[in-house]
Amino acid sequence: MANGNDFKGGSPWGSPPGGGNGSGRGGQRPPNIDEVIEKIQKLISNFIPGGKKGGTRPFVFGLILLVVVWAFSGLYRVLPDEQGVVLRFGKFVSTTQPGLNYHIPYPVETVLTPKVTKVNRIDVGFRAASDSGRSSGVGDVPEESLMLTGDENIVNIDFSVFWVIKDAGNFLFRIQSPIETVKAASETAMREVIAKNRLQPILTKGRSTIEIEVQEIIQSILDEYQSGIQVTQVQTQKADPPDQVIDAFRDVQAARADMVRSKNEAEAYANDVIPRARGDAAKILQEAEAYKKQVVAAAEGEASRFLAIYNEYAKAKTVTQERMYLETMEKVLADIDKVIIDKKAGGVVPYLPLPDLGKKKVSNTQ
Amino acid sequence: MKLNRILIPIIIVIGFAIYLSLFVVKEINQAIVLQFGDPKKVIVEPGLQVKIPFIQNVVFLDRRILNLDAPPEEVIASDQKRLIVDAYARFKIIDPLKFYISVGDERVARSRLSTIINSRIRSVLGKQSLANLLSEDRSKQMALIQEGVNTEAENFGIQIIDVRIKRADLPQANSEAIYKRMQTEREREAKEFRAKGAEMAVTITSTADKEVTVILANAKKQSEIMKGEGDGQRNKIFANAFGRDPEFFAFYRAMQAYEKSLIGGDTSLILSPDSDFFKFFGNAGLIKN
Repeated sequence: MANGNDFKGGSPWGSPPGGGNGSGRGGQRPPNIDEVIEKIQKLISNFIPGGKKGGTRPFVFGLILLVVVWAFSGLYRVLPDEQGVVLRFGKFVSTTQPGLNYHIPYPVETVLTPKVTKVNRIDVGFRAASDSGRSSGVGDVPEESLMLTGDENIVNIDFSVFWVIKDAGNFLFRIQSPIETVKAASETAMREVIAKNRLQPILTKGRSTIEIEVQEIIQSILDEYQSGIQVTQVQTQKADPPDQVIDAFRDVQAARADMVRSKNEAEAYANDVIPRARGDAAKILQEAEAYKKQVVAAAEGEASRFLAIYNEYAKAKTVTQERMYLETMEKVLADIDKVIIDKKAGGVVPYLPLPDLGKKKVSNTQ
Repeated sequence: MKLNRILIPIIIVIGFAIYLSLFVVKEINQAIVLQFGDPKKVIVEPGLQVKIPFIQNVVFLDRRILNLDAPPEEVIASDQKRLIVDAYARFKIIDPLKFYISVGDERVARSRLSTIINSRIRSVLGKQSLANLLSEDRSKQMALIQEGVNTEAENFGIQIIDVRIKRADLPQANSEAIYKRMQTEREREAKEFRAKGAEMAVTITSTADKEVTVILANAKKQSEIMKGEGDGQRNKIFANAFGRDPEFFAFYRAMQAYEKSLIGGDTSLILSPDSDFFKFFGNAGLIKN
C-alpha cells in the first residue's frame, strides 16, 4: 500500500500553508483510485440540480464510503531499513518502527520514512571516479586535501567519513543541510588534528590514532548540533607528502635502503674474509705443529741411532772406531780422484797442475 | 433539494474561510504573524495555527540550525605570516521578531554574519602566531572567535552555535617556500642516510681487514713458537744423546759428514801418505807383535 514515502526534494512535509490546495499530493492515495473517482462522480451527479430524483440515502452512503477510504489511507508501511517519522500538522509527534503502521490520514498527519540503516559516505580531499570522470580513478581536490601540520609542513590527506542516521527526528528537523554539515565538520576536525601532529608520525604510524581522534571530534561537533547523525568510521585513503616534494620523500626511503644495502654488503665482505683468515691461520698452525713433530721425530731417530752405535762402540772402542773410520774412508775415497804426495820422497816440486786435475789422472811422479 | 442548494454553498464558503484562516507551522519552522506588516504574534512551536484571513499574513523562518560558509579570508598572523582562513558557522534564529526586524531574511543574515565572522577572525588571529594556531590552542581560538561573533549576532536575534576554522592554509607563495624547505630537509636526510651507510660499510670492512691481519699474525706467532719448541726439543734430544761421549760424537759426526759431502765424481783430493788411512801404506805396516 502506498504511504507517505515521498521524502525527497525541498519540501517533503505538509503542503505550503495558505498556498496549494493539497490536491496534487501523491503520498496519501487511497488503495483504489478508480473506485474512488467513480464514487465521487456518482456523488457529484447526485448533487447536480435537475438530475435524477435524489434521495439522501446514496448521498449518505457515498459520504460514508469516502470517509472509510480516507481512513484507510492512513495505513503505511515502514521498510526494515527505514524509520517512520509522524508529523501532525507539521509537528513531529512520534517515530515508528518497521512494519505496517497507521497514522491519522492527511491532512492531519503525514509520514516520512528516511532510510536509517544506510551507511552514507563523504569523501574529503578527493572525488570518486564517478564524480570526477578521470581515468585514474580518483580526482584530487588540493584545496581540501592539502593541510598544514604542527611543524609547519604540508601534507596531502584524502579521507572518507561514513555515517548513518542515528535519530531520524533530529536528522530531519534540527539541521539545515546535514551532508554539508558532516563535510564541514570532517574538514575542520581533520585539520585540527593534523595541526596538532608532526609530519612524520602522520605519514607513518599515526594514521589509526588520527582516524579515531578525528571521528571523535566530528561526532562531538555533530552531537553539539543535535544533528541525529552517527559517524561510524573515518578512513584515511591517503596520507602523503604533497606532489611537489614526494620525490624527495621517496629518495629518503631509497637512501635508507641504500644505507642498509651498504651495511649488508660490508657485512657480507667481513663474513667472507674473516672465516677465510681463520682457515689460513689454522693451516699455518697445523704446518708449524707438523714441523715440530717432524723435527723432534727426526732428532729422536737420529739420537737413538747414535746411541745404538755408541753402545757398540763403548764395548770395543778402538776397534769400532778404526772400523768406522776405514769404512767411511773406503766409501769416500772410492769415487774420488786422489793425489797422494809423500813428503819424504823429497826433491819433488809439489807442482800441481791444478787445471788438469779434473781431466787426467795424475799418478804419483815417483 | 432546496436545502442542498443553500447548504452546500454555505459549507463551501465556511470551509474556504477555515482553510484561509488555518496554517501549518512545520517542525523545521517558526513563524511571525503580520498584520499589515505589523508583527502581531510569534509562533515557535510547530502545529496548526490560526490567523485572520486577508488581514494577517505569515512569515516563516527556519527553526533548524542553519549553516553559513564564510568566504576565505586572508589573515596576517602576529608573526607576519599570512594565512588564508576559511571558516564556517552554524547558527540558529532564537528571536524571530528581532531577526525579522533587523535582517529580514536568511540571505541578508548570512552576508551580515560573514562580515562579522571574518572581521572577528582577523582580529583574534592577528594577535596569534601561526605556531599557536597550529597547536592545541586552535580550539581555544575558535571559542574566542565564536564568543565575539555571538555578542554581535545577538542583535539580530541569532545565536551562534559554532564557529570553526575549516581551513587555515598558507598562500601559494608561502606554500612554495614550505615545499622548498620540506624538499631540502628530505635531501639532507637522504644524504645523511647514504653517508651513514658508507660510514658503516667502511667501518665494517676495515674492522674485518684488521681482524684478518690479527688472526694471521697471531697464527704466525704461534707457529714460530711451535717451530722453536720443536727445534729446542731436537737440540735437547741431541745434546742428551751426544753428550754421552762428545769425543765419539765428533768422530761419528765427522764420518757422517765426510760421507755426505765428499761423495761425487768431481772431487779431487791430495792426500799425504802420512794420514792414518795410509798408516799401513808406507812403513811395512805390519803389526809388530
